[in-house]
Amino acid sequence: MEVAIVKYNAGNIFSVVHALNRLGINPIITDDAEKLSKADKILFPGQGHALTTMTYIREHQLDKIICDLKQPVLGICVGQQLMCRHSEEGDVDCLGIFDVDVKKFDPTRHTDKVPHMGWNSLTHMKGDLYKGMHDDSFVYFVHSYYVPVCNWTVAESEYIQPFSASLQKDNFYATQFHPEKSGFVGEQILKNFLDL
Amino acid sequence: MLAKRIIPCLDVKDGQTVKGTNFVDLRQAGDPVELGKAYSEMGADELVYLDITASHEGRKTFTELVGRVAANINIPFTVGGGINELKDVERMLSAGADKVSINSAALRRPELVDEIASRFGSQVCVVAIDAKFMEGTWKCYVNGGRIETERKLFEWAKEVNDRGAGEILFTSMNHDGVKTGYANDALAELADILSIPVIASGGAGTKEHFRDAFIEGKADAALAASVFHFGEIQIPELKLYLKNEGINIRI
Repeated sequence: MEVAIVKYNAGNIFSVVHALNRLGINPIITDDAEKLSKADKILFPGQGHALTTMTYIREHQLDKIICDLKQPVLGICVGQQLMCRHSEEGDVDCLGIFDVDVKKFDPTRHTDKVPHMGWNSLTHMKGDLYKGMHDDSFVYFVHSYYVPVCNWTVAESEYIQPFSASLQKDNFYATQFHPEKSGFVGEQILKNFLDL
Repeated sequence: MLAKRIIPCLDVKDGQTVKGTNFVDLRQAGDPVELGKAYSEMGADELVYLDITASHEGRKTFTELVGRVAANINIPFTVGGGINELKDVERMLSAGADKVSINSAALRRPELVDEIASRFGSQVCVVAIDAKFMEGTWKCYVNGGRIETERKLFEWAKEVNDRGAGEILFTSMNHDGVKTGYANDALAELADILSIPVIASGGAGTKEHFRDAFIEGKADAALAASVFHFGEIQIPELKLYLKNEGINIRI
């Protein structure tokens, strides 16, 4: 199986590469339209700022390439946020695959710290990514912006309020958490994605 | 709800894990990658690797080790020891670390905290503080607890919070290695004055000590070393105990 990771100016893709390696997959990292379109599965991971990453994506015409992909695509963390319509981070229009806006966490109590960082549990899981998983499976999050619960939510988590831990629409999948850092649960989610 | 974290700490010298009692008298405790992997399989939520090597050669060995940890372990990990400037941070992050912990370097040049936060994000920047309670005050120490500074714990913690640190790793030197529990009063005060998570360190001897750090000390995470390395406390048992005590824990 050919797995490609979208190459752009977001950090920390190597932990995704390592996670795939542990599953016996050696991914290619590319921004080449033809190579991406030929891959069986695409990962779109990343940490970074929505405005700077989105600007880079537009300048390199990656926006159209990503939106036109027909095979299963998995956005991770900022990847999920960039697949939405708009982000409050830098007030930027994003790819618009999911018709929902990304908002900043607004803490109401002293104990609500931003970024939301650490292990939180998943609920309301549905669809192929969460096959065989039970409620209260924990996954690892690091983020200050979130996607509200919407029509495309396939897993929820709760921090300050319920939010979309994961989205899916057609061949586009996304997780706000880091499956590559989420122990056995994360490994299972990656396996489920590769098995699609 | 966000889970409270259990974090084994691995002190590494010349590629091997060691643990000091009150920062001296080092004992060997296994291969860092194997040990980290075992901990993650047992349910550790995060790992901390501290490089206590001084030599240049040792630093290179440690960077290679960080790469091996990243390749083999599927939970987040923090690295610390010998991080003095942005290029050290960059080297550790490119080797695969999720976060870096800075201590003496931040006390010598506090702007380093701002620089790490703005370049790599707050979540990357853990500020470790070693402090000792003497004559009614908590004083901060540098160089692995060897040199006293004029900085006071609470003021310094608040300052690095405001400068953009993502977390505080507070070690009570009075409690470290003596296994009589964490410095819960000081931890609770940190939780009250800070807007970032606090990791309790120093003093774990029993399962109850972890519970107390989370409840009385209001800590977000608890770190320990020798009780885990020598099997005095088993992580699965500890986590089950904490869950039964009503603490939100990842099982």
